[in-house]
Amino acid sequence: MHEMSIAAAVVGQVEAAAEAAGAFAVSSVRLQVGELAGVVPDALRFCFELACTGTVLEGAALATELVPARARCAPCAADWAVGMPPDLCCPTCGTATAELLSGRELQILSVRWEDGPTRAADREPIHEER
Amino acid sequence: MCRVVDLRQAVLAKNDRCAHDLRADLAGRGTVVINLLSSPGSGKTALLEQELLLAVARGVPVAALTADLATENDALRLARSGAPVKQVLTDGLCHLEAGMLSGHLEGWLPPQTRLLFVENVGNLVCPASYDLGESLRVALASVTEGEDKPLKYPTAFGLANLVLVTKTDIAEAVGFDEALFRRNVQQVNPGAPVLLTSARTGAGAGALLDAALAVADGTAAHAPVMARQHPHPHEHPHDHEQGHGHDHNHDHNQGHDHDHEHRHASAVPRPHA
Ligand SMILES: [Zn+2]
Repeated sequence: MHEMSIAAAVVGQVEAAAEAAGAFAVSSVRLQVGELAGVVPDALRFCFELACTGTVLEGAALATELVPARARCAPCAADWAVGMPPDLCCPTCGTATAELLSGRELQILSVRWEDGPTRAADREPIHEER
Repeated sequence: MCRVVDLRQAVLAKNDRCAHDLRADLAGRGTVVINLLSSPGSGKTALLEQELLLAVARGVPVAALTADLATENDALRLARSGAPVKQVLTDGLCHLEAGMLSGHLEGWLPPQTRLLFVENVGNLVCPASYDLGESLRVALASVTEGEDKPLKYPTAFGLANLVLVTKTDIAEAVGFDEALFRRNVQQVNPGAPVLLTSARTGAGAGALLDAALAVADGTAAHAPVMARQHPHPHEHPHDHEQGHGHDHNHDHNQGHDHDHEHRHASAVPRPHA
């Protein structure tokens, strides 16, 4: 079950980012998971909770955003949802030269955290969504 | 103050960077890695033993690293070939990562090695997500595992440069439908080459060795569709939804090797313009 390794990597990356920004108390992490990323979101959520224990992420919520897998055929320009199990041959012309447009994503999109009281003034401005 | 910060970091960025560095480092020494993925009991060790024997007989400098959850039987068996073999116990970890592999090679891998076969942990799910710096990824399935194996494990078979069927000597006895298996491979990995082997009869002996040597000699391995997605579109924040807004003519032959992509990940939140 590599979801534990994935969860540990997420926690490690968020910890490093939080430390660099002088933030504490991470309350949520938004993760993008492609349909073909080879990760089971439920298993990941379970592992994430464990991996957060004893870190600045303790108690943080994990929001996963699923990205459907789509492919496009170069010769005929058709594009289609590949489904699961994926069908990566072009359904229109049968060519085997498709390009995957999406579905392999596995990335941390954003993090919600509490800024530290002391470092807030001397830090570079960071993009705020809300 | 509570705030939401954009990170846009690939979760496997560290492994991908490590794999990229390892691949480059090994290429500098004339070594290529072959990453073998399969379920337990697929006959991977028997096949590898045969290929190592052939390589030794032909004077090809090969080595093998075999990853296992707990025992050393595979290594003992492979070592009979006379090739340098190292056993790595993963202590329950279900896959190898590039950093682990790199550490295990240090001080062990003979400098003149041409081909390094890595027998990944027996499991078709977890190892599929981790680039080990290989130049050839092989997904194996025995005829006893059923024709739908590629559909059940689309990431393992979809990202493979080569698919290899083992134990074909009993194909008829177990009613293996080769045409159906091939169709299923093509569905998840159009154009992927499929090799048929039997360690018992010697059918297909040397086929894996030849495929590995071809890659080592610079022949481009099959590039799977699934590996052809712009690997980290998010590293370019301004067009991250447009994975295809990119020059498609550049070399995608090495599905896992995108030199220009792995340098942007940073542990620090990126200030937005
Ligand atoms: Zn088409």
